[in-house]
Amino acid sequence: MKKILALVMTACIVMGLAGCAVPAASSAPAAPAAEAPAAAEEEPAAEAPAPAAEGLIKVGVVNNPPSESGYREANVNDFISVFTPENGYDAKFYYSIKNDEQLSAARQFITDGVDYLLISAAETTGWDAVLKDAQDAGIGVFLFDRMIDCDPSLFEAAVVSDMAQEGETAVSWLLSLDLPEYNVIHIQGAMGSDAQLGRTGALDEQFESGKMNKVVQQTATWDEAEAKKIVESVINSKEPFNVIYAENDGMAKGAVAALDEAGITHGVDKDVVVMGFDCNKWALRELLAGNWNYDGQCSPFQAQVISDMIQTLQSGGAIEGLNDAKQIISVEKGFDAREITEEDIATYGLGE
Amino acid sequence: MNKKKLFAFNSQLLIPVIAIVILVIFNLFRDPSFFSVSIASNNNGDPVLQGNLISILNGASELVILAMGMTLVTAACGGQDISVGALSAIAGSVFVKVLKSGGSISPGLVIGGFLCCCIVAMIFGAFNGTLVSVFGIQPMIATLILFTCGRSIAYWINGGATPTVTSPVITAIGGFIPGIPVPTPILIVILAACLFALLFRFTTLGLYIQSVGINQAASRLNGIHNVGIKLLSFIILGACCAVSGVIGVSRLGLINHETLLLNIEMDAILAVAIGGNSLGGGRFNMIGSVIGAYAIQMLTITLYAMKVPSTDVKAYKAVVIILLVVIGSPVVKEAAGRFWKKISEKGTAGTGKEAA
Repeated sequence: MKKILALVMTACIVMGLAGCAVPAASSAPAAPAAEAPAAAEEEPAAEAPAPAAEGLIKVGVVNNPPSESGYREANVNDFISVFTPENGYDAKFYYSIKNDEQLSAARQFITDGVDYLLISAAETTGWDAVLKDAQDAGIGVFLFDRMIDCDPSLFEAAVVSDMAQEGETAVSWLLSLDLPEYNVIHIQGAMGSDAQLGRTGALDEQFESGKMNKVVQQTATWDEAEAKKIVESVINSKEPFNVIYAENDGMAKGAVAALDEAGITHGVDKDVVVMGFDCNKWALRELLAGNWNYDGQCSPFQAQVISDMIQTLQSGGAIEGLNDAKQIISVEKGFDAREITEEDIATYGLGE
Repeated sequence: MNKKKLFAFNSQLLIPVIAIVILVIFNLFRDPSFFSVSIASNNNGDPVLQGNLISILNGASELVILAMGMTLVTAACGGQDISVGALSAIAGSVFVKVLKSGGSISPGLVIGGFLCCCIVAMIFGAFNGTLVSVFGIQPMIATLILFTCGRSIAYWINGGATPTVTSPVITAIGGFIPGIPVPTPILIVILAACLFALLFRFTTLGLYIQSVGINQAASRLNGIHNVGIKLLSFIILGACCAVSGVIGVSRLGLINHETLLLNIEMDAILAVAIGGNSLGGGRFNMIGSVIGAYAIQMLTITLYAMKVPSTDVKAYKAVVIILLVVIGSPVVKEAAGRFWKKISEKGTAGTGKEAA
């Protein structure tokens, strides 16, 4: 009797799981790797026009899977849209979150005889041998998004984000508002994460210099509901504030919910300036509606920069504008609610 | 004599009540207006209650509901379910999925969504319960499975980083119903508490759960279905997860699979422990868990109000929790009991001498 019951229960679970998984798979065409996080297949579409592949530049892209985050999804789509046959590329893509799988994929690309290898490594170490092989085979290596611990002579250039710059862009925008005084509620992400450190740094400088007044600085560990509680506690303490600097969109939304409940106006030309990060589409729509003031982005768009550099190398030129570590720091975008357009949302917004 | 009886009767509730009283006194000392409640109007022009007290009662809603369910599982199985946060995320995801399936979000669709996520959460609860009751796996190990993969399942259901749903109905569930100044989550907690009260008043479930928790063999010989009772406790906890998941999603009209009710399982277990319940199963007092949950939330809000630096919050919380748990431990209780006895004996001896 018990065993039968157990069987029935187990069957229920399996059915339940299957029931959940099927609609998810069919209704999420925008997230190709959602079904297979360890997707090991190359993108077949890119190599379709085989005869025309003669004059094309062969490129192998090693990246992390798009299911990792909204950022990665945008990053993957950016590379797919830039390295197309129309733009003169024969590109193959490989996605994995595991370093060893990425390494063997890179080796495979070298064996296949690609002209350029583009890598966003899962881990910073273990790449020396592969990069050396690539160099010996005369393959140009570009790193994007993430650096690798190796000698800079092993790659052509690295296009990376400078997290600190993101914070600086946002803070200089805030200063440009020229408010009579800055009483800032600062809601931080998970302490110690790259994004938190970068987005906090510039604001901390302002607090120290006395230009801005720190009403409260508290971590909500990226949790929307926690952000709301933090803002509630400030409202309850009756302390004046006029800026909310939340280190991601979700927490900004939580903060705004607290303002709404307390009857405090926010947005363009209102009592409180609301700032978020990540540029989710829904957040940018809040900007467009004038409910928020600013949204900053850690740019996932590196493909065009790399494509330009490849074209320079192809025409015999030398890459310029690199720093000592052979890096190019991506330009971080920040959107102002007074200037954002529908087009920006479509181009730069993440997610749906 | 009378006093002593009262003390013994309520000894289980002593610790959570002391915790609350200490926090209240501390806050009043720090800021006399800490608990003041005022009526303001929100951005929709509706009157709403405001103040730290409301924030505490409102913010603790999910935790209170989960703590109530966790009390039952703890009592019946002598172990804890560590997958409640993940299961709430799954329930919330199902809720969002159903809401997004229709064109416009009507009250009927919301009720349908709630029923769907309730059923899904109860099935997952039954899965946990089956592992524990039928296969005799340690509850913490059995629920570790869902704890590990639950948030990935939640991601599969909707895909995307943070799906959003906007509708006045959702705002009414997670915020305020227009015209009623009390936050809806508080009302939901009251409703859930009433349901549990009725359940214990009109059924023998409470007694059965305790007897299974205290002695399985004896309760089996008395005709109680051990497996069924344990399974039922997990299914009830599943329903609690569904309710708290729906509240969590409705608060902001968005679900973030990674952070929705993150780490709440630990707070729920802590609430049960602060409530004076034995984590080894057996006798339980749900009121204790509820007070424990509010104490935890009050602690969090107090730390926010004190503007404790972000990096130190957890350390402060840990210190307070160590104190509470140590004070509530049997060793300290016994020592305090002996001390109390000594004092009262001395007192009576003294008065006796004087009389002589």
